[in-house]
Amino acid sequence: MRFNNIKQLEEHREQALKNQQKVKNTILVCGGTGCLASGARDVEDELRKQLAEQGIDMEVELQVKITGCHGFCERGPIVSFIPSGILYEKVKPKHVEEIIEKTIKNDKIVTKLIYKDPATKKKVQQYEEIPFYKHQTRIALRNIGQLDPTSLDDYLVRDGFKGLVKALGMKPGEIVDEIDKSGLRGRGGGGFPTARKWKSCIKAEGEKRYIICNGDEGDPGAFMDRSIMEGDPFDVLEGMIIGAYAIGCEEGFIYVRQEYPLAVVNLRKAIDILREVGLLGENILGSGLNFDIKIARGGGAFVCGESSALMKSVAGKIGEPRAKYIHSTEKGLYDLPTVLNNVETFVNIPIIIEKGGDWFTQFGTEKSRGTKAFALVGRVNNTGLVEVPMGITLRELIFEIGGGIQKGREFKAVQTGGPSGGCIPNELLDLKVDFDELTEQGSMMGSGGMIVMDERTCMVDVARYFLDFLKEESCGKCVPCREGLRQLTALYDRIVAGYGTLEDLDKIEWLAQDVMIGSLCALGKSAPNPVLSTIQFFRDEYEEHIRDKHCRAGVCKALTRLVIHDECIACGKCIEVCPTDAITGAKKTVHVLDQEKCIACGSCVEICPVDCIKVEPVKVAGEVAS
Amino acid sequence: MPEIIIDGRRLKCEEGETVLDVCKRNRIEVPTLCYHEAIESWGGCRLCMVEISHPKWPGWSNWVTACLYPVQDGLVVGTNTTRVRRLRATVLDLLLARCPNSSVIQKLAAEYGVEDTNYEPRLDGDNCILCGLCVRVCDEVIGVTAIGTANRGASKEISEPLKEPPVDCIGCAACAYVCPTDVIQVIQTPDYRVIWDRTFDMYKCVECGISHITVEQKDWLIAKDNLPADYYDLCDICKRKHTAEKQKELSML
Ligand SMILES: Cc1cc2nc3c(=O)[nH]c(=O)nc-3n(C[C@H](O)[C@H](O)[C@H](O)COP(=O)(O)O)c2cc1C
Ligand code: SF4
Ligand code: SF4
Ligand code: SF4
Ligand code: FES
Ligand code: FES
Repeated sequence: MRFNNIKQLEEHREQALKNQQKVKNTILVCGGTGCLASGARDVEDELRKQLAEQGIDMEVELQVKITGCHGFCERGPIVSFIPSGILYEKVKPKHVEEIIEKTIKNDKIVTKLIYKDPATKKKVQQYEEIPFYKHQTRIALRNIGQLDPTSLDDYLVRDGFKGLVKALGMKPGEIVDEIDKSGLRGRGGGGFPTARKWKSCIKAEGEKRYIICNGDEGDPGAFMDRSIMEGDPFDVLEGMIIGAYAIGCEEGFIYVRQEYPLAVVNLRKAIDILREVGLLGENILGSGLNFDIKIARGGGAFVCGESSALMKSVAGKIGEPRAKYIHSTEKGLYDLPTVLNNVETFVNIPIIIEKGGDWFTQFGTEKSRGTKAFALVGRVNNTGLVEVPMGITLRELIFEIGGGIQKGREFKAVQTGGPSGGCIPNELLDLKVDFDELTEQGSMMGSGGMIVMDERTCMVDVARYFLDFLKEESCGKCVPCREGLRQLTALYDRIVAGYGTLEDLDKIEWLAQDVMIGSLCALGKSAPNPVLSTIQFFRDEYEEHIRDKHCRAGVCKALTRLVIHDECIACGKCIEVCPTDAITGAKKTVHVLDQEKCIACGSCVEICPVDCIKVEPVKVAGEVAS
Repeated sequence: MPEIIIDGRRLKCEEGETVLDVCKRNRIEVPTLCYHEAIESWGGCRLCMVEISHPKWPGWSNWVTACLYPVQDGLVVGTNTTRVRRLRATVLDLLLARCPNSSVIQKLAAEYGVEDTNYEPRLDGDNCILCGLCVRVCDEVIGVTAIGTANRGASKEISEPLKEPPVDCIGCAACAYVCPTDVIQVIQTPDYRVIWDRTFDMYKCVECGISHITVEQKDWLIAKDNLPADYYDLCDICKRKHTAEKQKELSML
């Protein structure tokens, strides 16, 4: 099959729609990385096997599809049903018989498999009713979990390639204007206006141009781009094809993080299909556009996601950033004009072209249009992938969608933007989540990582943790980042070990400011964010560490002394969990904790039913562990 | 022709020049550690940072590396502002912590008021500041790419491939020549040269007998530049002598 023109594509779409309508029921088994790991394939196999045994017509009666990730990965394998919208969690092969009997044959619910909302503990039947899902607005993630990522027909049925069809009827300049009108800004971190980037590449001189999709996603907690590449690869490719037509380019690359094998498999399948039907290759849909896409595997380092390092890596060199006083839109891959956009940026393109730039502006804020996907993790009840309109407050995101803090604890801070984002405190929970507001508070949108922290998190430790990550990931080319981050970590090590001085704290601030200004690339320039923001908002915690030798969260071991208070009900639970037998006590007597033996692991604090084990300052300097 | 203002001086410059080019031509002192005229600028040491602004964008200023920043008409550059001096002091302080025994770094740091490092000194390290000049000269100028870097971040180092004496090395010692802190050891005798744990035989001038090039380097250059086999038979001094004599003969004619 090959579409030589738009008419043939549309005819095929009609046919695909008809085929789809014939099917009475569809069972969607999540085939995202999370669910595959918890056994989704076994569930799929069992479903197919039993349906076949029972002679249910898979062409007409029922379809079983493997989809991309819904964002509930911790609760997988996820199985959902179209058209009923029922959603089951933690499905095992042993449940299949009951599912077929009740849900498929008799339209009944298997109660024990229904999704239970972790915050309210209520069971929710319908996909759309789940609080985690209800408050979201899905544009970039709209297809994920709803279709088989490797089926072109599925994609066409869900309006796939309508954007491209429309684009091919427009002039390249008109496409850029439409993107301009939408106000779309890059989702890869910097928030650079996409239309402006494309325009500057169009203006640049060069014998050819390149377009690259950044799927490196090096931020350890993030998985938005992975989900999109795995769950909706055609969409990414369509965005790139439209981009290629707009800027006049014949060759594209999609740079996929080393650790994302399923994304590579699904993208490769999608590319092969598109080549076969003539949506990639020469004379696409008879329009005269020639364009092909290759997959480049990531260099395996965080810094390879940085634009200039990425381009070097694609060209087969070591991924080391260079100064960008001349933009990569002028001198990018192989020194030729290049457009680099993030995965999520690209999936916004087809729908913007299809529905118009004005349509897009109804979402988000004046300066940050549209939606943004986040990986919500940490101490919230609902963790997972969320997509919300820009301008939503942190409070809504964390308490409505995230369902609040685990175990009813107190919220302390949220770190946005990945390892080099800043930490935002309680006072700023009503901050609107968009590019500019976050930057103004010393954090950033970054990739869309969002880590929620509660009272049991030590802010000094948090800053040290991210510093340590960035120190290891620094490419080592420039002095402020390579040497500066090393020295900053050394200063933190002193503080958490109990040797820190207030002078050290001043040194940290001073050095962090210089690393920020002096580093070559954005890794070094943004690495001080967690340092400076925690000092700004949680200075008292630093001072407690230094002056009082006290880590109030009980995280920094050398500065933690656990004491059992008189409220102890002598339940003995702490004795059971203590790994070093540091706690002793008899019935009806307040238990005693031996400081010598205690390693401050916090297990007893966690288990105590009356919260009577408290974190107290280490009394004398001599008590500080060496 | 663009004109820029450096430290209050209005200076003419060429299109495509960097701020450092203009500074050098006008004898404006900007310290550098990873820059060399013959090698493409790299921007790693960050010592040459200067402050820039432009009347076109009032209120905007930035810090950039002079060795890479291309001149634009109207650019205003400060090479010695308080913030620039602070940045350089920090960079040198960090380098001093890295290489406490390097006299070059000690001297430069002292010029910026850093006598002792404020940070944790590395006690077991060598004097390599990772300016990358050795690797770049070998690759870009000599065209051999015998050495490279290993690891990243704080554990990055200059290294021979596979930590063995570099097989591609021709013993030219260009790397040792450009190294600002004299890290790369060269042992030179009339008959041989030792560098990177390899011993190279010297090629001697047929006239004066002085060794002026390694045998490998001679072979490499002849092959690379397609030169006559006897091209390096004379050392530079004898070659010059010959030319002078020829000229004399000609002028006497
Ligand atoms: C250290 C570092 C890592 C980065 N990693 C990524 C990444 O994994 N994915 C990404 O899209 N952008 C990443 N970026 C941002 C890119 O440099 C670039 O700005 C982005 O891909 C441009 O796309 P956009 O305009 O669509 O946002 C990173 C930047 C830095 C400094
Ligand atoms: S800032 Fe860090 S990651 Fe970026 S070039 Fe410098 S050393 Fe490399
Ligand atoms: S001596 Fe060897 S390593 Fe050094 S520049 Fe010459 S060829 Fe390269
Ligand atoms: S050995 Fe010398 S030239 Fe090479 S990186 Fe180290 S300091 Fe620079
Ligand atoms: S992998 Fe199935 S919900 Fe994420
Ligand atoms: S000389 Fe410019 S950065 Fe080193």
